[in-house]
Amino acid sequence: MSGSGARENIFATRMALTNTKLRLKGAETGHSLLARKRDALTTRFRAILKKVDEAKRKMGRVMQLASFSMAEVTYTTGDISYLVQEQAKLATFRVKAKQENVSGVLLPAFDVDRVPGSDFNLTGLGRGGQQVLRAKEVYAKAIETLVELASLQTAFTILDEVIRATNRRVNAIEHVIIPRLDNTIKYIMSELDEMDREEFFRLKKVQGKKKRDAANAAQLKAIQDELENARAAEEASAAEATESATENSVENPEQSNVEEAEESVVEESAVESAVEPTDAAGEDPFATSGDLLSTKDEDVIF
Amino acid sequence: MEGLFFNVGSGFLEGIVRGYKAGILTSSHYASLTQCESLEDFKTQLSATDYGNFLANEPSPLSTATIADKATQILVDQFNYLRSNAVEPLSKFLDYITYGYMIDNVVLLITGTLHERDTHELLERCHPLGIFDTMPALCVATNVEELYQSVLVETPLAPYFRECLSAADLDDLNIEIVRNTVYKAYLEDFYHYSTTLGSPTSDVMLDILSFEADRRTINITINSFDTELSKEQRAKLFPAIGRLFPEGNNILAKAEDIEQVRQACDNISEYRTFFDNSASTQGNGTHQDFGEMGVAALLEDRFFRMEVHLNKMAFMQQFQYGVFYSYMKLKEQEIRNITWIAECIAQDARDRIQDFIPIF
Repeated sequence: MSGSGARENIFATRMALTNTKLRLKGAETGHSLLARKRDALTTRFRAILKKVDEAKRKMGRVMQLASFSMAEVTYTTGDISYLVQEQAKLATFRVKAKQENVSGVLLPAFDVDRVPGSDFNLTGLGRGGQQVLRAKEVYAKAIETLVELASLQTAFTILDEVIRATNRRVNAIEHVIIPRLDNTIKYIMSELDEMDREEFFRLKKVQGKKKRDAANAAQLKAIQDELENARAAEEASAAEATESATENSVENPEQSNVEEAEESVVEESAVESAVEPTDAAGEDPFATSGDLLSTKDEDVIF
Repeated sequence: MEGLFFNVGSGFLEGIVRGYKAGILTSSHYASLTQCESLEDFKTQLSATDYGNFLANEPSPLSTATIADKATQILVDQFNYLRSNAVEPLSKFLDYITYGYMIDNVVLLITGTLHERDTHELLERCHPLGIFDTMPALCVATNVEELYQSVLVETPLAPYFRECLSAADLDDLNIEIVRNTVYKAYLEDFYHYSTTLGSPTSDVMLDILSFEADRRTINITINSFDTELSKEQRAKLFPAIGRLFPEGNNILAKAEDIEQVRQACDNISEYRTFFDNSASTQGNGTHQDFGEMGVAALLEDRFFRMEVHLNKMAFMQQFQYGVFYSYMKLKEQEIRNITWIAECIAQDARDRIQDFIPIF
């Protein structure tokens, strides 16, 4: 019950209970949302993984082709690297980055932007120009594959990270936050129940005392009545036995003593009865709440 | 008559060259080279040929570039041996051979200067055959005007530059146009020089140079399609020699697509087959997918075959200088072949490994 598992430090009140219940509901909604996000991301991740694999294989082939076309160029024209390096002034192959939104995650996507024409299209004019052109084309394709791979790979890394974070959150909500809120609710409930039971017990005690007091009062009254009866009887007997007063005078002191004692008891009971009404007035709201709680208790039991 | 005194001046060197020629890899060598599994195997196979242990001191992960460099170095050593033993007019002829490489080197340096790079490091990139004593002097130049002056003063290429270009042209024109303009002048000059040497040198050389000129013309035409090179500029780059000259050149100058190039070449029976798509050349299957570009790529291959054929024919004639030029060209082709095979082995492209051009 309240003792098992972590719970929040909170006073066990009805308001705290409502708050905690709301929070639990929120946590459950968040959990399902995050779980859905995770699933969407994982689907995307799998798709990208597949594409990365394809792109890597493709890149292997394309790069091989490209370096081979370079070998062809070397075969026909010899070393043209320096000329090409010096004559290339403007990049004809550019990469543009844009962003793509996948369930709240921004993935960068790279786009190829080729400017037609080039600075070194006269390279190999006298010999091997066609090979140079072809090598250029093949290398451009190779770079396209590389760019494609780059955007996939970046997306792959970012998605991986986000999926991890989301997973962490999902798990944290599922295994830490929700149980803790559950525990808190259980704790508050048990505390409230406990308080109910205490109250109930207290009321019972009060009731018991009232009954006892009532019984005492009744007994007292009975004794007083008896005494009065006895006095009346005595008076009557005294009136009867005036002539035997001298004999009775020996008993009288004893009688007066009993009377005194009786008077003190009456006084006490009067004090008690004076206290009782105030007590009863204080008890009243508790009594009603105790009734509510007791019904509640029954509810709980059922 | 010329055979009478040829051996006095050049007999020894001709013998040497023909000996070198015997060392050119044969198809059986190529057959075993193409079977290699790795570049280490390749190295072992090559050591059984005339290349010997040229890769012996190379650190273990061989690169194809190293192989090409070392093979070129062997060729350069051979050439330098020939050059240092040559007397006039063979020495001049050999110098002419180097001019072609020199043009490439000078153009490289010009590119460096135009872009204000440190030209000293470019010296290492220069082709070793095109290096001349005063080349480092070109690196001193810091602007184009100075460079132009030093090219005129320091290099044997001065006439070509003086006639075709001004200093301002170096700045304005695309470097490829500069290169091709100068090369055109060089080819024409070489052609005229070869005619002065008389038969049989001229017989052999004129054929080879004509082909070289035509090849450049066709290449420039095809490569200038869809570029900013205007037709007038294009016509200026065509060498005024060769079998296509003049009417073929005129057609090519106006050509707009590869079909017109084909028509221009149809007039020359030897060139007709170049554009024949159905001709079964080795490994053309891979090219066929690329349409027009495939034709052009195939064309390059056929040019190489034709060049090899012509250069082989040069060895049929004795007492002439053509063999020196042909040997250089064949050896260059062989280095290309070796590099190609090495590249195919390194990149594991077995299906294209046969695409080289066997020489013998």
